[in-house]
Amino acid sequence: MSRTILINLVRFIVLVFLQVFLLKNVTLYNLSTPYLYIMFILLLPFETPNVLLFALAFLIGITIDAFYDTPGLHAASCVLLAFVRILFISITVQKDGFDNEPEPTLSNMGIRWFFTYALILTLFHHFFLFNLEVFRLSEVSYTLSRFVLSSIFTVFLMLLTGFLFFRRKERK
Amino acid sequence: MRNLLIFITKYNAFFLFLIFEIISLVIYIKYNSFQKATFINSTSQVTGALYTQVNGVKDYLSLKEVSDSLARENARLRGQLKTAFYTDTVAKHKVEDTVFKQQYTYIEAKVINNSINRSNNYLTIDRGSRQGVTKGMGVICSSGLVGKVVFVGEHLSVVQSMLHKDSRFSAMLAKDKEIGYVEWSDDMDPHKGILKDVSNNAQPKIGEAVLTSQYSLFPAGIMIGKVTNLHSRAGGYTLNMELALSVDYSRLHYVNVVVNKYAEEQAGLEAQEKKDE
Repeated sequence: MSRTILINLVRFIVLVFLQVFLLKNVTLYNLSTPYLYIMFILLLPFETPNVLLFALAFLIGITIDAFYDTPGLHAASCVLLAFVRILFISITVQKDGFDNEPEPTLSNMGIRWFFTYALILTLFHHFFLFNLEVFRLSEVSYTLSRFVLSSIFTVFLMLLTGFLFFRRKERK
Repeated sequence: MRNLLIFITKYNAFFLFLIFEIISLVIYIKYNSFQKATFINSTSQVTGALYTQVNGVKDYLSLKEVSDSLARENARLRGQLKTAFYTDTVAKHKVEDTVFKQQYTYIEAKVINNSINRSNNYLTIDRGSRQGVTKGMGVICSSGLVGKVVFVGEHLSVVQSMLHKDSRFSAMLAKDKEIGYVEWSDDMDPHKGILKDVSNNAQPKIGEAVLTSQYSLFPAGIMIGKVTNLHSRAGGYTLNMELALSVDYSRLHYVNVVVNKYAEEQAGLEAQEKKDE
């Protein structure tokens, strides 16, 4: 239990630092910006209570907001992300599978499941984020192209990170 | 009552979602419309300190560029020294200068946080109220106009960059002094601006410089950019044109905050005029 907390704490700090000091400066053709930090919410254990999940999503969102000077923007998107996560997991994962697979990582869940999971959640988060940031319909094509290209970039980085920390599962 | 409780616990995820979402949206909207929630931004103690630290490392990486730009500015300033001009009058008279009083002074500041790729961009500088920065002051750098101060902390301030949807500055064409205003271009290209509402009498040429006008926050004649493309709206009485901005916002290192000594007086008088109407 305390190990899980420690791992998630380290993950939180590392992802925030990575996002704020490295990825904030990475933009391809002024269109594609990765938001890798949402991986923290994606990788929380299955058994996290809903209250804690929402609180943590809000916390990481507001932390990123403090660095990006956009109070509430990332927090709102992350809370939406947490909600979509609950729905997605309740649809695709059986309850009794929780005991041997505590965390929805790439190595635990397999590439197909993880890819769908990351893709759908990222799409929701980014769609909400970019539209809330612009908050008008006049540049809709520009916003949508930013949304699609950034989502691709983010999912790519997530898969890359997943494979980087890939641990072969021991089948029981 | 019991049924209600059961209902809420059954769909607790949705209700929690509503609560947290409303909290975040309230923060977001409040900040945007009133610009009040100054505590969650990069002038705060923690984030400001962290940005300052990381910036210390970044500084080393850009030393060469900074020294180049300083050398260039030195050369330009040296060109304006009296010794750089050839005088062809022999008799000189000395004038005790009581006519000109200094109106503008400058506070130099270092940029410690910057962005150019969002739809509303801000930069953070390492000077605040303690050094005399107040809200609404203009900010320039050696190659031109940068933006306007929007939040002031004790040691740091946040500047709304030219690359911001709400940025709008009074500007004029260098040659015929026709007034218009500049905005950031709609397609969010960090090198492009638009000069709008110039009177039809103007005859702008491609490559002509666009400067700040005397109606802006800035001293008149600060460089903004060069005209790259002319397109008048059909049937309009005014001209619009595209500009190439002279400042490379991705490479801002040192900026100057413009202190206008008469700003308060002007604002006071203009407020009074509004009251009288």
